[in-house]
Amino acid sequence: MTTLSVSPGRRIWLRFKENRRGYWSLILFCGLFGLSLMAELLSNDKPLVARYNGELVFPVLHTYSEKTFGGDFDSPADYLDPFIRDQFRKNGNWAIYPPNTYRFDTLNYFATSPNPAPPSGENWLGTDDRGRDVTARLLYGFRVSVLFALALTFTGVLLGMVTGAVQGYFAGKTDLLFQRFMEIWSSMPELYLLIIFASIFEPSISLLLILLSLFGWMGLSDYVRADFLRNRNLEYVQAGRALGLSNAQIIWRHVLPNSLTPVVTFLPFRMSGAILALTSLDFLGLGVPPSTPSLGELLAQGKNNLDAWWIALSTFAVLTITLLLLTNIGDALRNALDVRRKA
Amino acid sequence: MSLLEIQNLSVAFGASTVVDDVSFTIAAGEKLAIVGESGSGKTVTALSLLRLNQDARYAGRIEFEGQDILTRSEAAMRAVRGKDVAMIFQEPMTALNPLFTIGNQIAEVLMLHEGIGAKAAALRTVELLDKTGIPEPARRALSYPHQLSGGQRQRAMIAMALACKPKLLIADEPTTALDVTIQVQILELLNQLQREENMAVLIISHDLNLVRHFADRVGVMEQGRLVEIAPTAELFADPRQPYTRKLLASRPQRRVNPVASDAPLLLAAQQLSCAFQIRQGWFRKSPFVAVDDVTLTLQQGETLGIVGESGSGKSTLGMALLRLSSASVEGKIQFDGRPVSAMSSAAIRPLRAKMQVVFQDPFASLSPRRTIEQIVGEGLALHQPQLGAAGLRAAVLSGLLEVGLSADMLSRYPHEFSGGQRQRIAIARVLVLKPALILLDEPTSSLDVSVQQQVLLLLAELQRKYGMAYLFISHDLAVIRAMAHRVLVLKDGKVLEAGPTEAILSHPSHPYTQRLLAASAYALDGRAAPGLPAEVA
Repeated sequence: MTTLSVSPGRRIWLRFKENRRGYWSLILFCGLFGLSLMAELLSNDKPLVARYNGELVFPVLHTYSEKTFGGDFDSPADYLDPFIRDQFRKNGNWAIYPPNTYRFDTLNYFATSPNPAPPSGENWLGTDDRGRDVTARLLYGFRVSVLFALALTFTGVLLGMVTGAVQGYFAGKTDLLFQRFMEIWSSMPELYLLIIFASIFEPSISLLLILLSLFGWMGLSDYVRADFLRNRNLEYVQAGRALGLSNAQIIWRHVLPNSLTPVVTFLPFRMSGAILALTSLDFLGLGVPPSTPSLGELLAQGKNNLDAWWIALSTFAVLTITLLLLTNIGDALRNALDVRRKA
Repeated sequence: MSLLEIQNLSVAFGASTVVDDVSFTIAAGEKLAIVGESGSGKTVTALSLLRLNQDARYAGRIEFEGQDILTRSEAAMRAVRGKDVAMIFQEPMTALNPLFTIGNQIAEVLMLHEGIGAKAAALRTVELLDKTGIPEPARRALSYPHQLSGGQRQRAMIAMALACKPKLLIADEPTTALDVTIQVQILELLNQLQREENMAVLIISHDLNLVRHFADRVGVMEQGRLVEIAPTAELFADPRQPYTRKLLASRPQRRVNPVASDAPLLLAAQQLSCAFQIRQGWFRKSPFVAVDDVTLTLQQGETLGIVGESGSGKSTLGMALLRLSSASVEGKIQFDGRPVSAMSSAAIRPLRAKMQVVFQDPFASLSPRRTIEQIVGEGLALHQPQLGAAGLRAAVLSGLLEVGLSADMLSRYPHEFSGGQRQRIAIARVLVLKPALILLDEPTSSLDVSVQQQVLLLLAELQRKYGMAYLFISHDLAVIRAMAHRVLVLKDGKVLEAGPTEAILSHPSHPYTQRLLAASAYALDGRAAPGLPAEVA
């Protein structure tokens, strides 16, 4: 009889799965993120596939001029134009449109109601004050938020882990000097720097990412440092030294895997923190350039157009659900990593 | 009539029953010892008497002076705890509150249970401390726990327990965390106080031989059941249960193989000193000398025992010999003809395969997130990279078989093993490297007695087979007597005595060695230790 051994990592996953709320939150979140990655296929102003005069065309992939479809000008075809739509209905032509026929920056010049338009069959969640479809902006905005949060979390965790590991493992003077550096660094006014940089440079996602990463690693670094300080004195580290392992090998194989608890626990909370940070900066107008779909920019619009309730309400709902899912996942992870609980 | 009567007590935590149908009684003024290995349920039984177990389900009856403990209200229990039944714990450092003076903590018990004023309580506190043999009790009452030695802390705990003249004193492994000479003093003190106050004492211990001199009756617990309970003399003369016999027989046997007379010199240290820098105030530092002018040699296939109490510098010496110490080390060390004391730590790295360590605590020395195969194979992969994956696996497997473990354990994790098995894994980890020297830093002191025997046997056998040299660090003279060819007695970093084990242990010349021997003879044979001087502050 062989009993299957369960690694500590796998036991954590089993404990995580036991928490139904956290588990389903994770599945739902991954599902939503997966859908948003395919946003171009779900919400686009170009047909996915079309047949025009016996020829298959892929407007999603290629830009065709209006002339291709019998128009007068050499400009890119506007597939919302009733004329072009009619062309696709004629003699054996057809077009398969995405479920939502707007991209995040699509301006519908042929809309019937004034902007911002309330929810209708055309625009499921209405349009914003520039006539862009709110559903499309939410979908693309969610994707930008999550991708940004992933990137920010990744860089923050990487920096935090490396700095924490170096301080905790080598301790002594290294630790002392680095701690003083962190005290100085953390007392820099982050928001003012953001405002200053936003006025000097052209605002962009990558600039935001760099600026937020420069300050975001410190919280985690402290936790990793504390765990390293504790673990470096344990006998298995001594044993590694006695075997002749180098410092890098000891850190990588022995101390790091046993110091990952704070890193993993904080992951979802860092994600939601990053999403909130991006949203707030966009809300204040310090964030991404106006052409980028963003939840914060939508919230600001909602505030400016209180009578257009659909803008504020739908953005608020998306934001709340996202943060709630992440918090649920984080809760479940924290419980799963608590070794005092039994699987 | 008995003071305490326990009938069919069972204690369960969740699905696991830890104490199973235990019945015994304690008469007023009686000394009862409950002995068992770790996990036998002896501490849980003791805690049940005060209903101190958390989230436990009880069944059966516990009657103290005719009243059922298990059905009392929590408020009524508080009146019993500390007043009628007092308790002392294994580790006095964690049982005392580090933020209050010990006088404060003892006076608190007095004021709480006897309702006397602060002044009267302070006076009584000094009296109590005096009674427990702490020198300068008035000054010590103002000390914080960290300012006292281990023995003094345990004395303070006893003073606290005695504060309200309890009818029953429960002592849970009261001497386990203490050095052997101090163990004897504490037991003597408990003995004397028991006679003076005429209270009943329930002592919990893992060491059957230790309680022999102390207890009137002895109960033996195994896996939650009380397998045998009898008057002490009867139990030792005629143990009924095989388990009791096994415990009694678990004294280390001498298993030393003679060293070849032409065995080459493996390790030599000359005038080795280790000092730590201790910070005093902001800028001043003063050196603390942990090892002072030690000279030693070790031949191939030989075992050198290093004996000393805690703080004697024996572990520091061992780590310094292997160049693993963080202290500043002076003196010369030669290993296998090479001057390791003068080499850089990078230059030593290839030599590490030849000199290895087995640590005291097998729970801390195995990284919890790596499989047994990874743990055992790690050193091999580093020092013999030419082996390849298949060769590595084969070597790891033969190492595991060598220490008595099986092949199906390769992919398991440390948490799935018992203490003894883990220590075997730690031994396998160093064994696969085929080292010439192994530093054994208290390799058996965190193991149960029966497991201790198996590990010692394994070590002796491996030495016979491979001719490795051992540096065997221990506080336990019985273990040293069983394992070492030569012995080195260390106190405050200095070598007091060195020579062949038999000579030193049968005719010690230094008074300190004599004191150590007397204490361990007391512990082993129950003989009263002659001329044990009281502990000096």
